[in-house]
Amino acid sequence: MKPRQQRMLAVGLAALGIAIAASLTLRAFKDNMMFFIDISVVVAGDHPTERTFRIGGLVVDGSVERREGSLEMSFRVTDLKCELGVRYTGVLPDLFREGQGVVAHGSMADDGVFVADKILAKHDENYMAPEVAASLAKHVEDQTASLQDGAAECGSI
Amino acid sequence: MWNFFKQLASPPHFYRLAATIIPWLAVPGLLLIAYGAYAGLFLAPEDYQQGDAYRIIYVHVPAAYLSMMAYMFMALGGAIGLVWRMKLAHAVGAAAAPLGAAFTFLALVTGSIWGRPMWGTWWEWGDPRLTSELILLFLYFGYMALRSAIDDTAKADKASAVLALVGVVNVVVVHFSVEWWSSLHQGQTLFKKGGPGMDAEMLYPLIAMIVGFTLVFGALLARRIRTEVLHRERRTRWVREMILSPAGGR
Amino acid sequence: MDAMTMGNYGVYVWSSFGLTFAVIILSDWRSRIHHNRIYRDIEVRIKALEERQ
Repeated sequence: MKPRQQRMLAVGLAALGIAIAASLTLRAFKDNMMFFIDISVVVAGDHPTERTFRIGGLVVDGSVERREGSLEMSFRVTDLKCELGVRYTGVLPDLFREGQGVVAHGSMADDGVFVADKILAKHDENYMAPEVAASLAKHVEDQTASLQDGAAECGSI
Repeated sequence: MWNFFKQLASPPHFYRLAATIIPWLAVPGLLLIAYGAYAGLFLAPEDYQQGDAYRIIYVHVPAAYLSMMAYMFMALGGAIGLVWRMKLAHAVGAAAAPLGAAFTFLALVTGSIWGRPMWGTWWEWGDPRLTSELILLFLYFGYMALRSAIDDTAKADKASAVLALVGVVNVVVVHFSVEWWSSLHQGQTLFKKGGPGMDAEMLYPLIAMIVGFTLVFGALLARRIRTEVLHRERRTRWVREMILSPAGGR
Repeated sequence: MDAMTMGNYGVYVWSSFGLTFAVIILSDWRSRIHHNRIYRDIEVRIKALEERQ
């Protein structure tokens, strides 16, 4: 390759890189730059209706129901204000469990339930040994309870 | 103080000083990494939610942190080079770019390997943390492509310094993305309110890894700056004298 | 053996560590070669000039 061609290639690559960067930015930061929508917003009906979107929240304790012998399941998600039912058929990530964060991709069905085609598990920023977690569990329960007591009513976003 | 910096910034002085400093960074750095990797893999307890998968944090966090640190060296080098016309500063920027790209690549790939079993996905388009880190990689590539496209060193220094400075916005976005917007990525662990959200037995190896990686990064950066300085000064008298001297100056 | 398999996450953890160290070592190795090549080029040029004079 001649030096001039090398320069052309390099300039082209630079332009391409910048173009990709810019388009990725636009793609990532549209929708108010949110990766997922809060449950309260969805319950209030303020969500996209024409296309699929993501919701994020905590899986409500004791709400997970599985159909025997199939991958069908349903659970409820909360943002500690509102709750929303979710239906899903498929494999779950290892971290999916009650009380933990979850992100679901899909759309609202006519019966007011979110039908997910993809479930992702979110984890928090805390890391601890299982024994430590067990001794902390009591404390965390109290904290969640007080959070729920102090939480605003569903409907007031 | 000013004289100290002026002397440090003189290419022949830096070239010799860096050779002395490199082992003083590399040896403690490698020792800390050896301890951190051993303790992180074998001594630290498993996580109550993630089991052993969280151990990826011991390479993922240092790589992600250095991906931004290297960028700051690049942007700061560019700014100092533009304002003070300091030759060494531009050499620092040019030397930091390939290292930054390497650590950004590592942060992306180790994060992806971590995300597969935990989140349930290798990659999610549209996540602000993931996307801004990918843009960081493209900024490094753009910076290096721009440099190699311009033959005149002084012009290449200026153009790439401008690009590096513009791209600083993205480093800010990477850092705050998990606070500003909703993201699949969890929030800050080490610098969150009320102290690190991590048990001490897990935390100490992580700190050792971060400090160790930073020291090794310093050594790698110093070696690349020496190469850059040698190349830029190849027609100067000091390089000629150094090479003709019995001791040489490799 | 448990330390290696890591409750089925071993493959993820070990590949992350392996890749990280491989990339760092490779980057260091390449930069050494690059440095030595530049040094040798200058050396050859300067020595040739010396002999001509």
